[in-house]
Amino acid sequence: MLDIAVAYNRYKFLGNEFLTWLWFMIETDQSSFRQHDPDLVSLTVGNRLVLENTHNNAKETVTIKGDNASLEEGLVALTKGAAVTEIHLSYKTGAQTWKFSLKGESLNISNLKLPETGPVETPDDLEGVVLEKVYLIEKVIGLVNNLFSHFIHLRVSDTWQNQTVSRIRKWATSN
Amino acid sequence: MGLLSSRMSITRYQVTGQLNGSVHETVYQGLKQHAIPKIEDDGSEASVGWTSFETPYAPDFEGYSFVFGTDMVFALRIDKKSIPPKLIQKHYALYVAKRLADTGRHYLSGNEKKSIKDHVVNTLVQRIPATPNVYDLVWKYDTASLWFFSNLKAANEALETLFIKSFNLQLIRLFPYTTADRMAGLSDKERDVLQKLEKSGSEE
Repeated sequence: MLDIAVAYNRYKFLGNEFLTWLWFMIETDQSSFRQHDPDLVSLTVGNRLVLENTHNNAKETVTIKGDNASLEEGLVALTKGAAVTEIHLSYKTGAQTWKFSLKGESLNISNLKLPETGPVETPDDLEGVVLEKVYLIEKVIGLVNNLFSHFIHLRVSDTWQNQTVSRIRKWATSN
Repeated sequence: MGLLSSRMSITRYQVTGQLNGSVHETVYQGLKQHAIPKIEDDGSEASVGWTSFETPYAPDFEGYSFVFGTDMVFALRIDKKSIPPKLIQKHYALYVAKRLADTGRHYLSGNEKKSIKDHVVNTLVQRIPATPNVYDLVWKYDTASLWFFSNLKAANEALETLFIKSFNLQLIRLFPYTTADRMAGLSDKERDVLQKLEKSGSEE
């Protein structure tokens, strides 16, 4: 077992590659996500995408913000070798929508906005609301876990280097 | 930000090991023993301890009130005194001026200045109340997972330290490597490949 701090820094790139792959999959093969989450109606990039390119110890960061922002600049950055380091996502199942950001290096979830839950008006309401919130959080954590698990199986297979990397490059250059 | 906030941040953990005896009773004892003190210690700059989710400013774990369905929900509280630098500067300047006037000297030695600064900080720490920060957590004992509602480094480190001290169980933070290694169900062969992975561009 690697030291935790060493493992964190040594494998940061895995999280960034996961987010890059996730963006590619969202744009090209979203229907395949349903095998990991049958309730999923859509998963889309939200209002923030951050990419980073590290070359010869120099770091270039591209941040795209805004609800209807064009992601073209991000695609250009990808063709130059950048990877996604942070992505804001909108996840829908039926009438419910979750919005949240994922960081590549930590896989931390931030800015998570859950679907509406009932108000806490009396102490008796609290337990029900807590259980509902926990259920809704579990949905989003389950989604992230399932997608990451799918990614990591692909990443340690030959398919990643033989097919996926070139598919991602082709997608980035053709847009 | 916590479980009932409109927007939340979550750091995910895996809990390693099992508790001996009744889970709820063992957790209750750990929480009680390491609860945030109800009476503020005037002299310390920070105190860290467990508190209850429902009443974070009056910790109460009686009747296993931290149990919600199959999960346990409670909070980490960090009470910290932060003295504004300008306040230290003001009191320091006043103290130095008084010392110079009292002694009739024109300057103070480095050691004297340091001792005055320490004295000023210690005096202010006694007088300033601590600001409480509450971070909720959900512990799903059945699946050995824990969600901590903060991404702040200092809060996460405080959680990891207090958790092992209270329950004798270790928390493993789930970031890309640990998630891949522990949660993704990789075979031994796949795990070997994982150990040797390099950034995609650098493999070519």
